[in-house]
Amino acid sequence: MTRIIYQQLDGRQDILDVDDGTTLMQAAVSRGLRGIVGECGGAAMCATCHVFVEPSHLHRLPAMNAVEDGMLDSVVDERQFNSRLSCQLMATPELDGLIVHIPRTQV
Amino acid sequence: MKPAENLVAEAPVLELDPFSHDYIVDPYPFHRQMRDAGPVVWLEPLGIWSVSRYAQVKAVLQDPETFCSGQGVGLSNFKVDEPWRPPSLLLETDPPRHTTNRAIISRLLSPATLKKLRETFEVEAALLVDQLIEREKFDAIPELAEAYPLKVFADAIGIRPDGRTKLIAYGNMVFNGMGPKNDLYRSAMENASAVSDWVWNACQRDALSPDGLGVQIFEAVDNNILTETEGAMLVRSFMSAGIDTTANAIGSALYCLSQYPQEWQKLRNDPSLARATFEETLRFESPFQTFFRTTTRETSISGVALGANEKVMISLGSANRDPDQWSEPEKFDITRSTIGHVGFGAGIHACVGQMMARLEVEVVLRALAAKVASIEIDGPPRLHLHNTLRGYATLPIRLRAS
Repeated sequence: MTRIIYQQLDGRQDILDVDDGTTLMQAAVSRGLRGIVGECGGAAMCATCHVFVEPSHLHRLPAMNAVEDGMLDSVVDERQFNSRLSCQLMATPELDGLIVHIPRTQV
Repeated sequence: MKPAENLVAEAPVLELDPFSHDYIVDPYPFHRQMRDAGPVVWLEPLGIWSVSRYAQVKAVLQDPETFCSGQGVGLSNFKVDEPWRPPSLLLETDPPRHTTNRAIISRLLSPATLKKLRETFEVEAALLVDQLIEREKFDAIPELAEAYPLKVFADAIGIRPDGRTKLIAYGNMVFNGMGPKNDLYRSAMENASAVSDWVWNACQRDALSPDGLGVQIFEAVDNNILTETEGAMLVRSFMSAGIDTTANAIGSALYCLSQYPQEWQKLRNDPSLARATFEETLRFESPFQTFFRTTTRETSISGVALGANEKVMISLGSANRDPDQWSEPEKFDITRSTIGHVGFGAGIHACVGQMMARLEVEVVLRALAAKVASIEIDGPPRLHLHNTLRGYATLPIRLRAS
């Protein structure tokens, strides 16, 4: 179990205990968190699970593959250096305490 | 994984033929029978494993190394039986080759591309719905469910405008071909040569519109990732997967909306429910009912030992109505959460065209919701008997303008 912190724009934090192997998108959607849609169910096809990773935590994540990189160009809330698709981020013990910021919009 | 010692379970054996006439006409009681019998069952006389509960369907689809597609995703095992045509570069291919091939298609269907297509789709949907309102009574399958994707999807790919109904015939061959060599298979394959030839020619580089998505697949050929033949095969996969399935979904959506008038009213009152209506249709009357995988090694499902090189039937339609997963699964409800449905499959082979399909069907349902007061079934509907897909062959409807 890994603690992931989803930081909302209004200041609220949603703190989830995520099973290792579950993606941050799956955890958010299954718990009904605001701000992450994941329309394609995690297939890296819709760009609606966009998160901004806390800059100082970015290095803890595995590198993105070409598909994720391509899809990030399509996120509605403009891509930044710390943009990731949460369906491609799997909870592991190394990510305990990871903070991700929810964008203004996914659609 | 060595299955021998810890297993406590033997799979129940059911005398059940998923390609029988009775099953195809009304699979739902058989789904219940299979789900109730256990997490994995053995079906006689076909001699195959079958998973019908949501949990196991999901688990199998998410383990492509153990349950592969390269030996065929129909009943036939390509290691044992000659496939009716060379295996699909997408559907019937495993990683790593599958990963490359899939990426070629998926990069063509980015949100940006689909956004650009939306306006064109809206214009065509409005035109079509207006024409159909004029006619008032018609068969919704050829005139709407098939006509619309044959226009907007085929245009988007850049397929030549004449003769497109052969795409329906080809899709019919591909998907019936996943079943046994029964009467449905033979009927689908009646004009196999003529249809295959037409489709093959239509998928060649110089037959495709320079403005469409299809021709862009050939960039991978120019970059030496694919051969010219493989380029055309990928275009063909794209075309054959994208018509019948969408047409069945539209037909079934119309049927469901006519049978659940309260849901139709909800959609009329709030056209933004169009996308959710499509998702619920995919769950409730899954156009893609049945699929197979083949075990690559000895394995187990829920304590039951499976040998290597064995076929496992996956029932998407059953998983989508599993009461362990869905509340009131037998009810068509466009406001329910359909998150996690397997109408598009799941895992690495999940439908690559799903965002395109969502766009197409959302747009046409919105057009109907805006312009039509009621959808009535006006004559006896006839199911299209099919080894793999579920939908209507004939759906006489009457539209009244709002």
